[in-house]
Amino acid sequence: MTGTTPSHNAAEALARSAEGARAEPDWSALIIRIRDDRDQAAFAALFEHFAPRVKGFLMKSGADAATAEECAQDVMTTLWRKAHLFDPSRASAATWIFTIARNRRIDLLRRDRRPEPEDLPWGPEAEPQPDEVTALKQETEILHQALEDLPEAQADLIRRAYFGDLSHGEIAAQTGLPLGTIKSRIRLALDRLRHAMK
Amino acid sequence: MEKDIRHHVPDDVLMAYAAGALPEAYALAVATHVSLCDTCRATAESYDALGGAVLEQASEAMSKDSLARTLALLDNAEPETPPPPRPIPEKVDTVFPKPLSDYVGTSLDDIRWRPVGMGAKQAMIRTSPSASARLLFIPPGVAIPEHTHRGQEVTVILDGAFSDETGRYGPGDIAFADEDLNHAPVAEDGGPCICLAVTDAPLRFRTLIPRLLQPFLGL
Repeated sequence: MTGTTPSHNAAEALARSAEGARAEPDWSALIIRIRDDRDQAAFAALFEHFAPRVKGFLMKSGADAATAEECAQDVMTTLWRKAHLFDPSRASAATWIFTIARNRRIDLLRRDRRPEPEDLPWGPEAEPQPDEVTALKQETEILHQALEDLPEAQADLIRRAYFGDLSHGEIAAQTGLPLGTIKSRIRLALDRLRHAMK
Repeated sequence: MEKDIRHHVPDDVLMAYAAGALPEAYALAVATHVSLCDTCRATAESYDALGGAVLEQASEAMSKDSLARTLALLDNAEPETPPPPRPIPEKVDTVFPKPLSDYVGTSLDDIRWRPVGMGAKQAMIRTSPSASARLLFIPPGVAIPEHTHRGQEVTVILDGAFSDETGRYGPGDIAFADEDLNHAPVAEDGGPCICLAVTDAPLRFRTLIPRLLQPFLGL
């Protein structure tokens, strides 16, 4: 792919080797390298993977391609600036980037402010425990797989709830499904995901 | 500060909160409860994780020079250095968790209450107009005047307790009442009940006097 710096490939290879034979690079480790070393190659690897996904997320939420692309760049720049706030024992890279993109979308669509819960009183920041980071990584993989394995009708409603920014009533109008069916399908989908996480 | 919380946020509401789809006033109620409830905090974070999984499935090609352009921007955007370790914040004695104190401050004494009858008081909270939020102060033993509402009424108990026909609600509990419920919560004896109440339409009191007053009080 053009626009890829040579060191980007090196960073990705490094992330892969750190993860052994697993296919997915260790995105969390790359964010930590931005935090600790301001590593542009790590940023490039994250950008290649996540920027198109943020753009897709924003377009499915109703943004036009140009706006979505600009916002995806903003979101990735925020990741660069706020890398010190990332805690790999609490959130995967995908989850953290999702929350940044969600908040960016709220600004973009001039939607309602979203008050955040009070931070937990952790006390002095401790480095996250490696086993917690590993456990979260495994759970994330299971969750992503479980979402892919859902029957399409259920997965579609879950995606709409996140992308479409729609109330159940609006989804009902779009899909022609009765409200009760939508609620029970979403409940079923969540039950399946929960079951997969056990 | 885990309390004995028995009434939680339903899954569909937590999912809408994670998706960023709730009106501000409802999001304020959810954030307030989540600040007090470790169970719902964990569930809310799992819905953020589901958002991450959904994000992974969306993809639209970026234009070719987008990485180069963004890298150029980074030269001007130094990563922020982590702030020095915060001193453990002095414990403020307040019934308002952070998301709420961002709106109303930390001191009950600074709230500008307006009477709504029977010694009960309310203070409106300024949010986007898509739903309305208020603080309620109900003296011990007093019933909130009987009322109905269109849509859902969400109440987070901050101090004291109340009961209605659906159960007892204490500090940190969150109550969801739909439009069919024509309820009359009664504050427990002992101390006043202070709560955050959110509705998507004005409260309609069933007794004559409050309804006459409604236009003036902005209920």
